[in-house]
Amino acid sequence: MTDRPLKVLIAKPGLDGHDRGAKVLARGLRDEGFEVVYTGLRQTPEMIATAALQEDVDVVGLSILSGAHMTLVPRVTKLLDERGLGDILVTVGGIIPDDDIAALKAAGVSAVFGPGTTIASVADYLRANARPRD
Amino acid sequence: MGKAVAAADPAARATELGDAAVAGDRRALARLLTAVENRSAVAEHAMRRLYPTAGRAHLVGITGPPGAGKSTLVAALIGEVRRAGRSVAVVAVDPSSPITGGALLGDRVRMQSYAEDDGVFIRSMASRGHAGGLASTSAAAASLMDAAGFDLVLIETVGTGQSEVEVAAAADTTVVLEAPEMGDEVQAIKAGLLEVADLVVVNKGDKPGAQRTAAQLRAMLVATAPRDDGGGGAPPRPRPKRPEVLITTASTGEGVAELLVALDRHRAAGRGDGDGAAARLARAETLVWAILMDRFRASLHDPVRGAATDAILTDVADHHLDPYAAADRLSVLLTGDRGR
Repeated sequence: MTDRPLKVLIAKPGLDGHDRGAKVLARGLRDEGFEVVYTGLRQTPEMIATAALQEDVDVVGLSILSGAHMTLVPRVTKLLDERGLGDILVTVGGIIPDDDIAALKAAGVSAVFGPGTTIASVADYLRANARPRD
Repeated sequence: MGKAVAAADPAARATELGDAAVAGDRRALARLLTAVENRSAVAEHAMRRLYPTAGRAHLVGITGPPGAGKSTLVAALIGEVRRAGRSVAVVAVDPSSPITGGALLGDRVRMQSYAEDDGVFIRSMASRGHAGGLASTSAAAASLMDAAGFDLVLIETVGTGQSEVEVAAAADTTVVLEAPEMGDEVQAIKAGLLEVADLVVVNKGDKPGAQRTAAQLRAMLVATAPRDDGGGGAPPRPRPKRPEVLITTASTGEGVAELLVALDRHRAAGRGDGDGAAARLARAETLVWAILMDRFRASLHDPVRGAATDAILTDVADHHLDPYAAADRLSVLLTGDRGR
């Protein structure tokens, strides 16, 4: 099936309580025709990996504003790999210093979206890069 | 694990995923549920293989108006079921946008504390605007969860439309959630959602008015005498249900243990009586009719008949043909006779 909607998990790992951006993105991607699973604040990497597995998503979008991305993101990608979910596209949004982007990409992140990224450009990127499975 | 493999041999793929899902592989189950949502050939083969082994789980539909606390109650119920040592799977349905086809599936927000527990499986599902197909999709998903060995399968939908009522009504036990002070007695005797309830739960029991709402519902829903069918040979008429009315406060867990007891009691009663058989038959019809509808539609749009079908539909749109005559012609196209 080529016309089925892409399914995206939007999750906020870690302890910062700012989920406005994640919610705006979730809503925006809904309007772009995606099926968006929103899991809320303060998610552990284990919660995110379990949700990705049970929901069989095509994309995991992580929103991090706390500065803990260098710890949290590799843990998420490692858990996804361990559970046989290495083909899921992982993207990160939030406040990410340019110097960290290369390391995140080395850890399995396919794109980093900083402040000012439009929802349309995120949607276009996901459509172009997520591989719909089965 | 590419598309190419699945496309090449859906039967082999279904066997592989189905056997793995039954053996406890949650990723395989998740993939099968995606196939069900997409109505792919893999889903058909998986259902052919696994349906005969399903039928053991207790299927519970949970529905009610937005904001009544369905997700919170499901989360509390998961905890109670796990304390009782049973496994539980959840299908949480949220609406798809009729315009963009997108959906925001937010029910997991309240259920995320079970990430480490292999006895809990939660799946969000967008309604995707299947014509009459939502009930069959969620029933098929529930069957696969059943075959994967879950003791209890909860199907959660927003009770705001006919298709959602059908989803809930396809369960062994249907729970309708109400919040306090949602309406007066007349709301409770209107035809609709409350009629399909086996259990009515007034949630937010800590809010003022909960006791009064429950009392009103009990008075209106339970107090009618059952009709005596006389035990004659005629098939029994559909009977109004006489739901039990409970009060819960899902956010604190108050009343949730009692809800699980009531669910078990309803299931035990349903094994013997006509209501349980009627629910199973309704679910079977839902599944089979949806497949037939899909097949008819596919046949009428196949390369042989597609042009003729489109011409007939266009004639109806232009009022050159009435819809009954069109159905006659389409039946002839499909089967060679007029279908009656």
